[in-house]
Amino acid sequence: MEWETVIGLEVHVSLSTKSKLFSGSSTEFGAQPNTQASIFDCALPGTLPVFNEEALRMAVRFGVAIGAEIGKRSVFDRKNYFYPDLPKGYQVTQLDFPTVGKGALTVTLADGSEKIIGVTRAHIEENAGKSLHEEFSGMSGIDLNRAGEPLLEIVSEPEITCAEEAVAYLKKLHTIIRYLDISDAIMAQGSMRCDVNVSIRPKGATELGTRAEIKNINSFRFVEKAIHSEVARQQEILEDGGRIIQETRRYNADKDETSSMRSKEVANDYRYFPEPDLLPVVIDDEYIAAVTAQLPELPDARKARFIEDYSLSNYDAGVLVSSRELAEYYEIVATASGDSKLAANWVSQDLLGLLNKHNWEIADSPIQAVRLATLIARIKDNTISGKIAKTVFESMISDESDVDAIIESKGLKQVTDSGEIEKLVLEVIEKNPAQVQQYKDGKEQVIGFLVGQCMQLSKGKANPAQVNELLREKMQ
Amino acid sequence: MINSTVAEISAALAAGDISSVEITQAYLDRIATLNGELNAFITVCEDSALLAAKAADEARANGLDSPLLGIPLAHKDIFCTKDILTTCGSRMLHNFVSPYNATVVERFNDAGTVLLGKTNMDEFAMGSSNETSFFGDVKNPWNTECVPGGSSGGSAAAVAADLCAMATGTDTGGSIRQPAAFCGVTGMKPSYGRVSRWGMIAFASSLDQAGPLAKSAEDAALMLNVMSGLDKKDSTSIDRPIEDFTASLNQPLKGIRIGIPKQHFAEGLSREVEQAVRDALTEYEKLGAIIKEVDLTNSHLSVSAYYVVAPAEASANLSRFDGVRYGYRCEDPVNLEDMYKRTRSEGFGEEVKRRIMIGTYALSAGFYDAYYRKAQKIRRLIKDDFDRAFTEVDVIIGPTSPHTAFKLGSKSDPVSMYLEDIYTIAVNLAGLPAASIPVGIANGLPMGMQIIGKYFDEAKILNVAHQFQQHTDWHKQKSTAITAASGES
Repeated sequence: MEWETVIGLEVHVSLSTKSKLFSGSSTEFGAQPNTQASIFDCALPGTLPVFNEEALRMAVRFGVAIGAEIGKRSVFDRKNYFYPDLPKGYQVTQLDFPTVGKGALTVTLADGSEKIIGVTRAHIEENAGKSLHEEFSGMSGIDLNRAGEPLLEIVSEPEITCAEEAVAYLKKLHTIIRYLDISDAIMAQGSMRCDVNVSIRPKGATELGTRAEIKNINSFRFVEKAIHSEVARQQEILEDGGRIIQETRRYNADKDETSSMRSKEVANDYRYFPEPDLLPVVIDDEYIAAVTAQLPELPDARKARFIEDYSLSNYDAGVLVSSRELAEYYEIVATASGDSKLAANWVSQDLLGLLNKHNWEIADSPIQAVRLATLIARIKDNTISGKIAKTVFESMISDESDVDAIIESKGLKQVTDSGEIEKLVLEVIEKNPAQVQQYKDGKEQVIGFLVGQCMQLSKGKANPAQVNELLREKMQ
Repeated sequence: MINSTVAEISAALAAGDISSVEITQAYLDRIATLNGELNAFITVCEDSALLAAKAADEARANGLDSPLLGIPLAHKDIFCTKDILTTCGSRMLHNFVSPYNATVVERFNDAGTVLLGKTNMDEFAMGSSNETSFFGDVKNPWNTECVPGGSSGGSAAAVAADLCAMATGTDTGGSIRQPAAFCGVTGMKPSYGRVSRWGMIAFASSLDQAGPLAKSAEDAALMLNVMSGLDKKDSTSIDRPIEDFTASLNQPLKGIRIGIPKQHFAEGLSREVEQAVRDALTEYEKLGAIIKEVDLTNSHLSVSAYYVVAPAEASANLSRFDGVRYGYRCEDPVNLEDMYKRTRSEGFGEEVKRRIMIGTYALSAGFYDAYYRKAQKIRRLIKDDFDRAFTEVDVIIGPTSPHTAFKLGSKSDPVSMYLEDIYTIAVNLAGLPAASIPVGIANGLPMGMQIIGKYFDEAKILNVAHQFQQHTDWHKQKSTAITAASGES
């Protein structure tokens, strides 16, 4: 039987507000346990929440960026359950009236085609703390630094049909969130987390199959692998005549398989009800307009502009706008160097290659945009050849001095002095009489070998165009 | 002097007739004599009280003066007090020392009051008799075989027995007004949002409101001046211009329209309470008031709606008491579930557990619409009834409780206890302000009259209460039982 996969994603993003959702505690990452937990975060009796409006602004910013309906009256609810890292015994979230309603994302697939994936809603809620099981023998420790941090939970429509689409959706979400500057969205640090709902059904069926939810996946790659392995598992069960249980599963990357965490059939009853300690959050058109006015240029718009203004290919533009930092970096290089295409090649190949190799972010790059622009400018003005530029680029990684100084100190400056080039050319003609003869006999392609010899002799510094011209002249 | 009003003590302090240390010591002595019998206080802060009194006297010597400077008071043990035990009447918090002050506590501290101690209460404010306290029953100073009412029974008893000049209470369904009625003192539940809830241990967040228990309406006004006002730490506190609640106390009542809800004078009301309230109404007529019957059509639904909404909110509010971070934890838990179960089974009393279960049930999947949502709709209807009535009248008056204080242990059925608050609960559901003032004595026990006002119209209620107290002396009546017990003449 042929099967089709239906996937829905729930993505939790930590909003990068300075303080927590309902208290003044700092949200700085990596502090000593419980040093960022106020009396409210510890749920001391008598303490009350005060809503951090920065979180609202960020959620609305996200909403308008994906063209979503904005809830003009959002209401917080209590979701009740007992867990030691949930100090109040309930999580404050938004059930019926989320801040962000229906919207959509456009994702680009591997074959270059585009697909629109619906976003059902995005709601604001508070994070739980962390249970520490390892350091305390026979007991668990609780760290409440994270408790009460603002999260935006973004729920997709079940419109994703394969792992690759899921990853494309996640990457697009990640890009937009980073453009909006509302979260670090670092999966490895947990500031972006993903729950994947997967079900399969016979191809062409209209009813959805029973789904499994894979919780807390923390990398794009694992999302892809988890979906593959879960789809295979479900397919095997169904083809053996079994049935899928609706349950929560976890993905084990080492074994590349999912395993059951708890069955939803005996699910918690969360007993939601409106949070009486908070008033509904009411916003007007003016508020939404003000947030909209402050939106940065978003990836889709920037891509179109790059294609238009810098004559880039669809593919190159797509790569360059995939992160806000990269796009901004590219734009500096393109304008400062005066050659947008050469800039695109250097940024998308050499620079990205370097960063990937060392697992660096743009911000960590030892080569700043203006330096790379200068390097490209030196190719343009014939100070160095493209090949020498690669050597200079390598030096620039460890040498912070300016580009011209590196070229100068290493003696890499291109030789354009016709006297010196003439010397090279004459020497090569003298040392290679056989090839010279072949050329003279009409074997045109030998010129490549002779130019190469000259370049080698000059240690790459000779201007190849000049060498070529002079060789032909001397061999006539 | 200990049986004087705050206004009188304040005048004596200002005149230098008495020092704060002297009056504080007098109350501490009185507490030492009587608290063993009344059990009104859970914690007495003798040393810190005397230090605070000394500081108040010094401040006054340095030229500082304010109406409550140096006045000794008691806080209900539901308010968090820094470095002082805050139990909420529960075993769950029998060892909880708060690291911070409630806003109400902070404001009284800033006003220079002297904290004598923390008063007993029904556990987590759930009760109408003070019998649910982990720290034992409070006795009614008028008759120690009777309950003082609840949940602010300790505060009401302390004020009535002159163990303090004034006390704070909280009122979720009548918890200030009913004990005020039973103990013969003046108590007021302000409008929802008038007084900050920060630091006041939550029972039912959308209903809870702190207020004064005092010896006169004027004293209640002086307390409210200090307690009320916007607090950014409580999102439900309301931004209103600062008011002086004493300013309009003496406004003549000529022409004022008083509404009498027929539902509050129906079956179940005792003859003596009805008579006392009707006599008071006659007094008001003499002062020029116009009495008019009003219809609170849905008031019979208020107890049922309340016993869905309040337990529902409580079931979530009390989830934080899990033994993980503070308070009671069971001995030697074998695992997490065992710790939760035994901590909460052992830490909470019967009534609290009953309400947690009612609330949990009402919020459960499949029951939410039938209970919680419906109760919220009824709440709306009840508020509409009041809104309609207030288009015709300025205040609404009726009995606070159907009868006088009942005997300790006489009400073993929870539902009959819930019906104690039949006249007071609707006011909380509607978020309105209301006071209870003494209006007579029957069989040696005081009776209370409830005055309900429009939203944020506390000044009018206090005006109506004060004028009554200017022309009658029910609020000055004292129990003879206690003076005999303390050996005073």
